[in-house]
Amino acid sequence: MERAETPLRTLVRPLVDENPILLHVLGVCSALAVTRSLETALVMSAAVTAVLVCSNAAVSALRRQVPRSVRLIVQITIIASLVIVVDQILQAFFWRLSRQLSVFVGLIITNCIILGRAESFAMHRSVGLSALDGLGNGLGYGLILVAVGSARELLGSGSLGGVPLLPRVEDGGWFQPVALMLRAPSAFFLIGGLIWGVRAWRLRPAPGARRATAAPAAAEEPA
Amino acid sequence: MSAEGAATAAPTPPDDSPLRAVLVTLAVCALCSSAIASAVTWLRPYQQAHRDADRSGRVQQVVEAVPGLETALGPLGTARLEARAVELATGEYAPAIDPDLFDPREAAQDPDASVALLSERDVAGIGRRARHAVVFEVRDAQGLRLVVLPVHGSGYLSTLHGYLALDPDTRTVRGLDFYEHAETPGLGSEIESPEWRAQWAGKRIRDELGRVRLGVARTRIEPGDPESAYLVDGISGATKTCDGVTGLLRFWLGPDGFAPYLERLASDQRGQS
Repeated sequence: MERAETPLRTLVRPLVDENPILLHVLGVCSALAVTRSLETALVMSAAVTAVLVCSNAAVSALRRQVPRSVRLIVQITIIASLVIVVDQILQAFFWRLSRQLSVFVGLIITNCIILGRAESFAMHRSVGLSALDGLGNGLGYGLILVAVGSARELLGSGSLGGVPLLPRVEDGGWFQPVALMLRAPSAFFLIGGLIWGVRAWRLRPAPGARRATAAPAAAEEPA
Repeated sequence: MSAEGAATAAPTPPDDSPLRAVLVTLAVCALCSSAIASAVTWLRPYQQAHRDADRSGRVQQVVEAVPGLETALGPLGTARLEARAVELATGEYAPAIDPDLFDPREAAQDPDASVALLSERDVAGIGRRARHAVVFEVRDAQGLRLVVLPVHGSGYLSTLHGYLALDPDTRTVRGLDFYEHAETPGLGSEIESPEWRAQWAGKRIRDELGRVRLGVARTRIEPGDPESAYLVDGISGATKTCDGVTGLLRFWLGPDGFAPYLERLASDQRGQS
């Protein structure tokens, strides 16, 4: 096994070094869909983080009770229930944003990060560590969403979080919004660039040292 | 993963018997469903408040979105938006019903407050229809300026709920807006898009014989086509949703819907002028 798992490492590692989107390329579909504006990206990140923390904790708590043959059914049941609850909460307290996110909240169920962390981490770690791992992965996912969402909103609509920052040509300013940034492919390019950049930066300097931690994690992933 | 799993799970190896698998799964399902049920019950009042606010906000929006209305009336503040309960069968106002308290969805379920529809006349696919409806009339010093009717009917995946705004002559559409539906995002949900909605303004409702012709075209219509007076362009990939829109318009503008009310309104207008 790898070196001793400290709570801090569990929390911090998924932020960059083992970021679920950048290193494992999981959860990309939702990252394309909800990053048109910073606001939706933030709410989506919060929803995914909440589901991840709770599902990791619940799966970890039940890991000794659940027979191996039905573990995926149990994991998916837990995840799906949590997603429904989160969706209901969003509809109750963030009505307008939940309308904007429409189906993508429901589709958190199919976000591979959540099942991936349940299966590869929470199934054999304590409840506390699993919750921390969920928090770390949720924040790592959120980090990318917020970065991509900010870039797309700034370049695509000239605003950030709904606040106009760059004066647009149509309002008499100088900024010509980049229409491409409002479409899904732009998120593809941005995430692709981020993946390339982070891998080149984090993985190259000491390949031997990095491989040792990164390789088993990659092999663990179910999908 | 398997080596790691075996190492930590060794102290208490999960028993893989089918009975245990079934019991554990059932227990998890019971826990999860009770969690969902309590969350839904607890949150419903909050969600309902949003839906109600959305609905009343939408009437205002429909009225404000009608082209030229702002210039014709000045700011809406000078015109009055009045909610009136109407008995659908006769078209008369129903003063006994408080429009603020009337819940059309509840009434449509209540056997005493609604009527069952014959399936061949139920082109909106709604099964039952409340006996009463709350309509909105916009009036200013010159009299009636706009009528807003609540409409609903089956789309593809969901029931479409919207408001239809008409000229006071009750022959011309001024706007159509759907405030609640669950159609396919990106396809059927285009009925909400401003571009599509903008097509409705100015469409005629009936032909010379008095038949309701308003609806969504199933084929491409050229600008010169006489049909374009009644039909708007369909949405690609959302034929069923569009058929639903046509069905609900034909129903609510027809004799089982608001036709008696609209006729009365039109004759009142003629009597006045």
